[in-house]
Order: sequence, then C-alpha cells, then structure tokens
Amino acid sequence: MSTDKNFTVALAGNPNVGKSTVFNALTGMHQHTGNWPGKTVAGALGTFTVPAGRVTLVDLPGTYSLASHSPEEEVARKYICGESAGGGRLPPDAVIVVCDACCLERNLILALQVMNTGVPTVVCVNLMDEAGSRGITVDTDKLASLLGVPTVPCAARQGVGLEGLKEVLSKVLSSPVLRETREIDPVSEASLIAASCSERPADAASRDRRLDRILTGKFTAFPIMALLLAVVFFITLKGAGPLSDGLSFVLSHVENFVRGALIAVGVPESVTSAVCDGALRVLFWVVSVMLPPMAIFFPTFTFLEDLGYLPRVAYNLDGCFKKCGACGKQALTMMMGFGCNAAGVTGCRIIDSPRERLVAILTNGFVPCNGRFPVMAALISVLCALSGVKSGIFPTAVMCAAVALGITLTFAVSLLLSETVLRGEPSSFTLELPPYRAPRVGEVIVRSVFDRTLFVLGRAAAVAAPAGLVIWALGRVKIDSVPILEYLTSALDPIGRLAGMDGVILTAFMLALPAAEITLPLMMLGYASGGVISPVRSLGVLPAIFSANGWTAKTAVCVLIFTLVHWPCSTTIITVRRETGSVRWTLAAALIPTFIGYALCVLVNLIF
Amino acid sequence: MTYKKELRLSEAGKGDVLTVCGIRDPCRGIAGRLRDIGLTDGTHVVCVGHSPIGGMSAYEIRGAVIALRNEDADTVLCRRTSGAGS
Repeated sequence: MSTDKNFTVALAGNPNVGKSTVFNALTGMHQHTGNWPGKTVAGALGTFTVPAGRVTLVDLPGTYSLASHSPEEEVARKYICGESAGGGRLPPDAVIVVCDACCLERNLILALQVMNTGVPTVVCVNLMDEAGSRGITVDTDKLASLLGVPTVPCAARQGVGLEGLKEVLSKVLSSPVLRETREIDPVSEASLIAASCSERPADAASRDRRLDRILTGKFTAFPIMALLLAVVFFITLKGAGPLSDGLSFVLSHVENFVRGALIAVGVPESVTSAVCDGALRVLFWVVSVMLPPMAIFFPTFTFLEDLGYLPRVAYNLDGCFKKCGACGKQALTMMMGFGCNAAGVTGCRIIDSPRERLVAILTNGFVPCNGRFPVMAALISVLCALSGVKSGIFPTAVMCAAVALGITLTFAVSLLLSETVLRGEPSSFTLELPPYRAPRVGEVIVRSVFDRTLFVLGRAAAVAAPAGLVIWALGRVKIDSVPILEYLTSALDPIGRLAGMDGVILTAFMLALPAAEITLPLMMLGYASGGVISPVRSLGVLPAIFSANGWTAKTAVCVLIFTLVHWPCSTTIITVRRETGSVRWTLAAALIPTFIGYALCVLVNLIF
Repeated sequence: MTYKKELRLSEAGKGDVLTVCGIRDPCRGIAGRLRDIGLTDGTHVVCVGHSPIGGMSAYEIRGAVIALRNEDADTVLCRRTSGAGS
C-alpha cells in the first residue's frame, strides 16, 4: 500500500460539535477547545497518516450552513467548493462532517449541503457518549444507508471511534466515489432522516433546563455570575502567594549560582552585572510573580468554559449589550479577552455585523488579559501593604471592583461608539446555548497550563530578558554623567505626576509594550537606576521598595487603574491592524483606552 | 389539531410549544440565518426561557437550544401547539 500519496481533507460541522476535539485526536495536536460555539475562528492545519496516504486536515470554522451569512461561513463554503480569492484551487479530496449526536437533525442539514456539492463525504457522529447519557440513540448503520455515505459513530473526547474514522476515511480516499450533485432540500431531508435513525426521549435535556433555571434565572443569574467571578479571583489571589514565594526562593538561588559561575570563569564584572542584574532578574521576576496567578486563573476559567457557562453569560448580559448598540456575542469575545486580548480581538470574527465587530474589537482591551491580571494582583498586594489592610477578602474585592470598572467601561465605550462614529441599529444574530458538559478536570489543568500558561509566559520571558537588558543599559550609559534613563523619566515625570504616578512608572509602562507582565520589574529597575534591584525573595519586598520611592496607597490605585486601562500590548495592536485592515481604527484601539485610563488616574489624583 | 390563532415567536411564554408557520420580512438578514438553524415551516419550537433582564429568549429548535433577540423572534410566525404546564 502506498503511503506517499498526499490528500487534503476538510473538517466541517456546526459550531460546538467537537470539531477541534476530533481535530486534536486525529492529528495529535493541541488546539484549544471549549464548550461554546465559535471557539475556532482561524482554520488550523494538521497532518496524520492513514493506509491510503498522508492526510492534511483543515479545521474549518463551525457553520450552520454553506449559505454565506457570515465571514466564517464564507470561508467554509469557499473551501469546500474549491473556490478561492485567486480562483483555481481544487476542492478537498474529502470532507469529514462532524455531527452532534444530541441534535442530529440540525447537524444533518449541513451534512446534506456538503454532500450536495458532490465532494466525497464522511459523516462522523460525535458525542455519542453524551447522547447515550441523555438517553438519545443514533442508529449509525441506518444513517449511513439513508445518507449513502460512510458514517462513523465516535466519542472524540474519550478517543472512541477515531480508528474507525481513519479506516473509513482511508477507504474513501483510496477509492473516491464520485456522486452527482443532488437537488434535494437539505432541511426537510434532514428532518426525515433524523426522525428514522435517532430517538430522543422527552426529558433528554431536563438536567440542562434545571441548571439554566438557576444560571439564567431572573433573580439568580447575576448574583451567581458575580459570585463565580469572585470565587475565581479569590482562588487565584490566595493560591498565587505561596506558589510565588516558593518559585522566587528557588530562582534567587539559580541567580546566585549563575553569578558565581560567571565570576568563576572570569567574565568581566560589567557583563556579569548586565546578565544577572538586568536580564536574569527581570526574567525571574516575571516567572515568579506572573506565573502563579496565570497557572491558577487559566484552569479555573477554562473549567467554566468547558462546562458551557460562557454562552449563558452572553445570554444574561445581552440586554446590556443591546442597549449599547452592540452584539450579545461581544460578551463571548470579552471573556476571551480575559485569556488574551489578541485572541479576543481575533475572536470578534464570530460577530457578523462589521459595525458591531469593530465595537467589540475596540473595547476588548478593557478586560484584563492574563498578562495584566498578575500585574494587578501584585499591585493589589502592594496596595494592601501601603494602606495597612490585612488582606482577607480585601484583595478579591479590589480585583472584582477593577474588573467591574473594566466591564463598565466596555459598556460605556460601546455605547459611545454606537452613538457617534459607529452609529447603527443592533443587528440580528443567533446564540446557541450548548448542553452543559462535565469538565474533564485533569485535561483542563494539563492543557491550560501547558498550552496557554506556558505560551503566555514564554512570550513574556522572551521580551523580559531583552527589556531588562535595555533598561539596565539605559540606567548605566551616561550622557554628561546623567544616565539616559533619567532624561527619559524626568521628561515623563510631570505627565506622570498629574495622574498620581511618576516618570519611572510611565517609562516602565512604555517599555512593557511588548508584554505587560514585565511592567513591575521594569519599575523596580527604573527606581534602582544605576544601582540594582533586590533579588526576589518574595512579593513582600515590593511595598518597601515602592514606598521608599514615594508611593502611597493612591499611587498604587492609580497604577492599578492604568494597568487595567492603557494601550494594548504590541501583539494586540498588530492583531487589531490585521483584523480591521485600518491604521485609523488601530490607532483608535490604542488611543481610546490610553486617554480614558489617563483621565481616570488624573481624576483619582485630583479628587483624593 | 384544532386551529389556533397565529402569534409571533417572541410572544411565546416559557414552556410554550409552537409550530412555525412562516417567516415575515424575508429580506432582513435574519431570515436566512433562521433557516440555517432549522427554523422552517412546520418546525416544532419550545420556548425554554427568557433572559433575566429581558430582550432575549431561548428556544429549543430541532434538539438544540438557541437564543434569539425579541426583534428577530418577532419575524417568526407560529401556532400554539400546547401551553405551559400541559
């Protein structure tokens, strides 16, 4: 059997039927999955081999139909039909249509539409386990004979049925059956076929409806939402402290070891200092202070995501978004922003109306991403120390207030934009509320730590060391016996003072453009200009250093606000440029939060 | 089934079971989208609840639960199959 043949296979399906899970299971890759429609907006590529040859698998965005009502549907349709902007691209060798066994009827509409294009099709009935637990049965043999294409039952999350899928796919690829394009009505056909091969008890979704009564209930929805947010923050802030202390203890020994080693091999003092006091110290600060909150926040948030809670939040909040002239799905992109604003901005593709998508893109930065979240956590601990509050529930309350401010600003700015430069009527959209799924705890922890935490940290670390070097150098290199850094900070000082901060703080924010995680260590290096920052023994040293440089509780509050609301990181700015294709809107995305954040800080400074 | 008066999908109360009998205003973008999710003539729809601050309701359509804003549900004409509690 030849294994040198190359095939292209597309993975299509309704939103949230586990396409990404099937994709990961087939290719061994780790695309992020989550229980909400629209998770995958950018098509991923992966490869695997079947007896017939090598398969390149393309994960298409989830679509309800091949009619093009939205950009993703356009992408999916063009890909399956072999159309492309330049023209001349061939259709894929086969399409795997992933169907949700729990609502076969709706899913078959797309399957039939794909079959109608004449492309060789394999139907994968996924989530068989979930259907089973709800008492829903699907007769896949009968389905195969009625559809006239191979049909494979599968439970991709458990890895069941994937070998069968590969086998069937291989057969289809090695001897493709060309079908004539048929002229049938997919909607009525789907209804007939589903009725004869799937049985659904009346109470199949009763548990979901009971949960919905609580999580989206008139009186319970908002208290539970606030409570869940507070619990996530509480766990994160409480858990991060000890973890942080442990890490910094270990890393300070590593630093000492490296310094000793460098001195021992006769490296010049200035180089040793540049490496240890500049690059390494900022890097270790980032790791020990930023990693723990991320490593706790990501899994807890992913847990809610896996459960299927996020679309319910969008459902609950839709009334507010509607009043602001925005799309209810903006709640989903807003929550994606908690993970990463660049991802949130890309996620705005799930919003069909260009006007509403722009509103969502411009306001995404108002929720703290996982880079700024740990900075805020550290600032809150500084605030506790400076204002003499013994922690307890206080840090959680401050964090909740900060996030509430961010969400309020999201609404306010959305409203402002919809009333001024982006005027327009709210457009229509459909929001699917998927079945609740029990989160796979182990999987959630492993995946969120490895795929997301380490990724974000890696990015921060990559800029931390060079940025540390830069600020170290700026503090050492002198013009007229004054360090360059001092020119910079003293120039910015009046601007900073007006907003309750100082020149060093603003300089640190500017140098932290590539990754907000490095703001705090840069501030410390800035204060120690010419000298060195103390090694990280624990978070406890922060308040002492800052108060020695004139910080009061008010400074901490202003820096906290400015961390929440200032320009987005460079990755996000580049993403906005890519998504909007406009320099003007990219500038707006950077300037709007900068202006608002600065104005808020000035207000706080003048009032208190 | 006895004939019952037409109503808009947005007027459905929680627990109402309805049968779609037409979509008004097919020129609005929502018509195609409603068809994609399977909301066509003769489809049974159950209203499973309303959003806590209003403006949106959730409907069970062909085994899936989909939330629609009232303006969009307004365009769907239905007949009542049974009322709440039946």
